[in-house]
Amino acid sequence: MDPGLRLLLLSGLALLALASPLRATAQEAAGASPATPQVVEPRVKRREVKAAALDEENFEAGAFLGIVSIEDFGSSFSYGARLAYHFTEDLFAEATIGSAEAGRTSYEELSGSADLLTDSERRFTHYDLSVGWNVLPGEVFLGGSRAMPSAVYVTLGAGSTRFAGDDHFTVALGAGLRLLANDWLAVHVDARNLAFESDLLGDNKLTHNLQFTFGLTAFF
Amino acid sequence: MRRPRPARLATLATSLLLGLLAAAPPARAAAVQAVVQDPYLELRTGPGRGFPVTVVVDRGAPVSLLRRRTDWIKVRGADGTEGWAHRSQLERTLTPEGEPLQIPGPAPDSRTEHRWETTIGTGDFDGASMVTAGVAFLPVPSLQLRADVSHLLGNYSNGWLGTVGLAHVVMPEWRVSPFVGLGGGVLRIEPKATLVQAEDRTDTTAYAGIGLRGFLTNRFLLQAEYRQYVVFTSRDDNEEIDAWTLGFAYFF
Repeated sequence: MDPGLRLLLLSGLALLALASPLRATAQEAAGASPATPQVVEPRVKRREVKAAALDEENFEAGAFLGIVSIEDFGSSFSYGARLAYHFTEDLFAEATIGSAEAGRTSYEELSGSADLLTDSERRFTHYDLSVGWNVLPGEVFLGGSRAMPSAVYVTLGAGSTRFAGDDHFTVALGAGLRLLANDWLAVHVDARNLAFESDLLGDNKLTHNLQFTFGLTAFF
Repeated sequence: MRRPRPARLATLATSLLLGLLAAAPPARAAAVQAVVQDPYLELRTGPGRGFPVTVVVDRGAPVSLLRRRTDWIKVRGADGTEGWAHRSQLERTLTPEGEPLQIPGPAPDSRTEHRWETTIGTGDFDGASMVTAGVAFLPVPSLQLRADVSHLLGNYSNGWLGTVGLAHVVMPEWRVSPFVGLGGGVLRIEPKATLVQAEDRTDTTAYAGIGLRGFLTNRFLLQAEYRQYVVFTSRDDNEEIDAWTLGFAYFF
């Protein structure tokens, strides 16, 4: 089909569908007239029912530190921040940003020739938006008197990594352990794989950049 | 030639971590009171269905509601014992005035009560990979006012796409429902400097879309959408672009 025609068809369909709820409301209003008048008009004043104003703590924010192994560029100190929203006890969404400074390749170390990357190109920054699933919720015990709620979770997401002067589409796959030290403070241990395609060293290849971090977050 | 910046940022991150440790717990609103109406109220050790029930509060006893996490509420009994109770059981308690206690927000299994929805997803925009996030306001269950931001990552160029639009969910109460959308926005394309000597450009764009969404579980949907964009370029011809996204939607 001609693309212009297809767009027109889609737009028409959308408009038609948008109009349908309005039509339904109009019909309901027309059919709502009372059939029999009431003998006694009840004068009941409806009491205002207030919903309980509870302190909701579904957001979780914090920072992490660790190492990231940047393929071909060695391992580096890594740090960043995370923000999560828990929408059920099983599932959450998470936004993560992180940064590291890549080291030198073996080639750069051994050949003695010019560096492949400038200092600013060596900065490795990434973000991703992930969905997480608390696969193994439970409790861990510290000694005989302390039990802490915990969860082993897996995350899957997509994002971008800026490295070597380019932005790369990145798939982030991770797993971690969350321990609740008290009602609002959580300790995280995470392992994540940031995978993206890079043609920096010739052929286009999928690089795997493993990140191991320790983090603290607060629920609010 | 090392720069001091990473060290400084690392110090910042470390102090953030320490700050979190030192921070006092957030101030609480005055606790909400309720009176148990079920034969007993089960209190668990954690906010989840798998945690063991260690305390029960008898019918007629008062409890204080302390905090809420997803559909679990931390409760303190008159004798000071604490535990987590599920929303559904607390909705069967009464306030001290004798009215049913209302917990705010859409019921866990509701499909049409919510007002706000957010989405994250990934997809393809004319051959480029796309990372997308959006928020929608629903004045009625079948209508969404949407705003989306996408990061485009291609082989030859990168870019950003911001759109606002309307979407109509045809059958919001169904487990799986089709939806259609219309909207417009701004597309910014930044060609990669190493490949071509082209300039960054920003154009306006409009789209029509069609998609399918289905509930995977409470409050959580899988959503697939096809959009056709018309990019109003400054050249002679407008550009037409097909975009596909697959993502998750969840609501408040």
